[in-house]
Amino acid sequence: MTNQAPDTVDPVVDHGLDSANLRSNTTRFLASWRTAGIAIPFLILFVTLSISSQPFLHTTNLINILDQQAATLCIAAAGTLVLVAGGIDLSVGATYGLATVVAGEIAAHHSPVLAIAAAIGTGLLVGLINGLIVTVFKINALITTLAMSFVIGGLALKVSGGNLIVLSANSGFFKFANASFLTVPSAVWMTLVVVIVLGLLLSRTVFGRYMVAAGGNAEAARLAGVRVNAIRVLTFTLSGGAAGLGGVIDISRLLSAQAASGGSALAFTVLAGIVVGGTSIAGGEGSVWRTGIGVLFIALIGNGFNLLGVDPLYQQIVLGLILLMAVGLDSWARSRRR
Amino acid sequence: MSVRTNEVPPPRSADTPGDDLVVAGVSKRFGGIPALSGVSLTIEAGKVHALVGENGAGKSTLGKIISGVIEPDEGTLSLGGRPLVLRSPRDGLAHGIVTIAQELAIVPGLTVAENVYLGSQIATAGFVRRREARRRFNELARHVGFDLSPDIRAGVLSLADQQKVEIMRALSRNASIVVMDEPSASLSRNETLALHEIIRSLTRRGSAVVLISHFLSEVLSLSDTITTLRDGRLIRTVDAAGATEETLIEGMLGRSLSSAFPEKSPCETSAPLVLEVEHLSAPGVDDCSFALRRGEILGIAGLVGAGRSELARAIFRDAKVTSGSVRLEGAELTGHSPHRSIRRGLVLIPESRKQMGLLMGRSVRENISLARLNLVSRLGWIAPLRERHVVNEMLAKTTVKAANMKMPAMMLSGGNQQKLLFARSMMCAPSVLIADEPTRGVDVGSKRAIYDLLVQMAKEGTSIILISSELEEVIGLAHRTLVMRHGRFSAELTGDQMNEQAVLAAAFAETSAT
Repeated sequence: MTNQAPDTVDPVVDHGLDSANLRSNTTRFLASWRTAGIAIPFLILFVTLSISSQPFLHTTNLINILDQQAATLCIAAAGTLVLVAGGIDLSVGATYGLATVVAGEIAAHHSPVLAIAAAIGTGLLVGLINGLIVTVFKINALITTLAMSFVIGGLALKVSGGNLIVLSANSGFFKFANASFLTVPSAVWMTLVVVIVLGLLLSRTVFGRYMVAAGGNAEAARLAGVRVNAIRVLTFTLSGGAAGLGGVIDISRLLSAQAASGGSALAFTVLAGIVVGGTSIAGGEGSVWRTGIGVLFIALIGNGFNLLGVDPLYQQIVLGLILLMAVGLDSWARSRRR
Repeated sequence: MSVRTNEVPPPRSADTPGDDLVVAGVSKRFGGIPALSGVSLTIEAGKVHALVGENGAGKSTLGKIISGVIEPDEGTLSLGGRPLVLRSPRDGLAHGIVTIAQELAIVPGLTVAENVYLGSQIATAGFVRRREARRRFNELARHVGFDLSPDIRAGVLSLADQQKVEIMRALSRNASIVVMDEPSASLSRNETLALHEIIRSLTRRGSAVVLISHFLSEVLSLSDTITTLRDGRLIRTVDAAGATEETLIEGMLGRSLSSAFPEKSPCETSAPLVLEVEHLSAPGVDDCSFALRRGEILGIAGLVGAGRSELARAIFRDAKVTSGSVRLEGAELTGHSPHRSIRRGLVLIPESRKQMGLLMGRSVRENISLARLNLVSRLGWIAPLRERHVVNEMLAKTTVKAANMKMPAMMLSGGNQQKLLFARSMMCAPSVLIADEPTRGVDVGSKRAIYDLLVQMAKEGTSIILISSELEEVIGLAHRTLVMRHGRFSAELTGDQMNEQAVLAAAFAETSAT
């Protein structure tokens, strides 16, 4: 057996050289941005913050970050699927707001289970309507969801009567996001499950492949037998459902609901997280776990700036620049393909 | 800007015709892979210089270097003895070098006339002079013999008409050197003839034409000089008078091609009917009926725009069918969704692999398994090992050359991309395969491989509808040929009746024969 070893090694070495020749440095860099991508700057930022700020590495601080980002992570994970399938969902912020007031109104008088189910159901329904408008009436997803976010925002005001809804801390509803398991709150656990399930859905299942195909080249996908419209409706529905879940998690965490919570700020934070994670804004490429890192990357910048006592003004500027870099890299990668 | 009244745009005066373009020792590498190595040639004014070679031989790269789209790594260009450094297509334009590219550069939202004068706006103080533009456009259109309305939005035109716009744009710039990359690939026969006339008139005016083409007969009839490239190297530059298709193919492949088409095996007339199309009407298709037997290869010929692709999509239930029926193995195909057609065993290889066929950025594996993921998955969960196994099998069957199945489709040559679509189709194990222009933009070697695939699939019992603009392809492969004209069948030809004259006569026939 040992005699054969050199024989088997040679071709492997050759192959390595060949593939090194095949790709230029830039394409290799881009490929690594796509696959490992955001993980590297994330790690650098993490290590830097660990060194420069004493309280940063505390378990409480880290769990706090995750707890605060739970809703954003859920929504961004589902939003990744929408983007990969060639759509975009700007209505998630408004849907989140609607879900919080629906959950709040119901939880004040009825069982928490009903409140949770109704809020998530509301989200799913909004997502379904978004998907149907985009596919059946063939209206641009950006415009559809932008318009829908106004409609939903209005509905949320109607539901809450414009009031702030406050829940009592001893209701069972409080436990939904705050039950602790292994010192980590249930909100974080639920988020973990959502990210893993949606991640696997995208990367390992037939549906995931169809999403990639629908976003990459809708015409080709359709002619290959992919039901592009059905896939797109599914992604919008999941996105709406995730916004509903996010709303429930946050009202359970904070025990107060308001129609205006979420809104466009949340929609843009979600989109920023997805894009910083390297998912192509043009569709056909992306990954859920990288979106997770992208969202946390943005959260770490905020957390770090707070801990280091930097003016929050710079936080916005830095975030904007990072976003531009991410989108720039994406479009550069696509232009090199031609 | 002075207003010209003469009918023929005169050659530009800055670089007077008669200047030869000399390419000396030009090399170009893309990401470490040499696309051109040490190529030297002279483009003589007033002559047609053809570049031939397989896909990936470096023809288009050389064309792009000549027109300034890309800069060479090594080597120099000179025009009329003066060194020429081109940093952009704009530099090329300034020296009278224009390109008609393989991939069209049309702005869909602008009108035909606006597209033609794009970048050289006829304007006074920033305002576009529409009337003047239209007048010049009409003059140019009359000169080249294209029948195009200047005010139509370019986006609604057919591919062939868009190409005409591109040609007119090049001509409007009074070029001294015109680089044409596959100009006739999407043109119909009489449009191609018109194009040939334009090329000849360009050279009469003293312009040089660099012609990149896969159509060897076109190359032989038009060119004065032919340069053969293979793997980025110049094999030889010869006088067109001394060249034949055989010598060109031999130079391109490095070996001689035994025969252009595989041997025809007869289709049994007793074989059962698989597909019955009755009185089918759809947009662009008018009352078409035919039947297809198991293992039969049916050719559909006709001019571009005769309704062949529209017929294909109507049968595939991808277009709205206004009347008539399609029966597959006895049962009617209903609804309009490609998804159901594929499930029933009817598969389409669309005419444009980039726009309608492949996910260019995704891997070979994903592209092949896309249509039949249910074969390699359980409850929606993809089994990676099983998928790799099946895809490998299909790659072997279709002789796709790819370093590995993780390679994105865009990294493959045109021929191999087309084979990917065949691999995808084969995985569906179709009873009927519609192949729309399966060899468009494919090199000679891959063409033969695709012919072999079609014949092999037919032998194994798949019935094939072959739509092609290349007559010899239809005649060389099909058992029977239907000729389309204005959305109807104008002739059905079998056996000895199938020859170029008969097909052309039916395609051009003023009154339909049936």
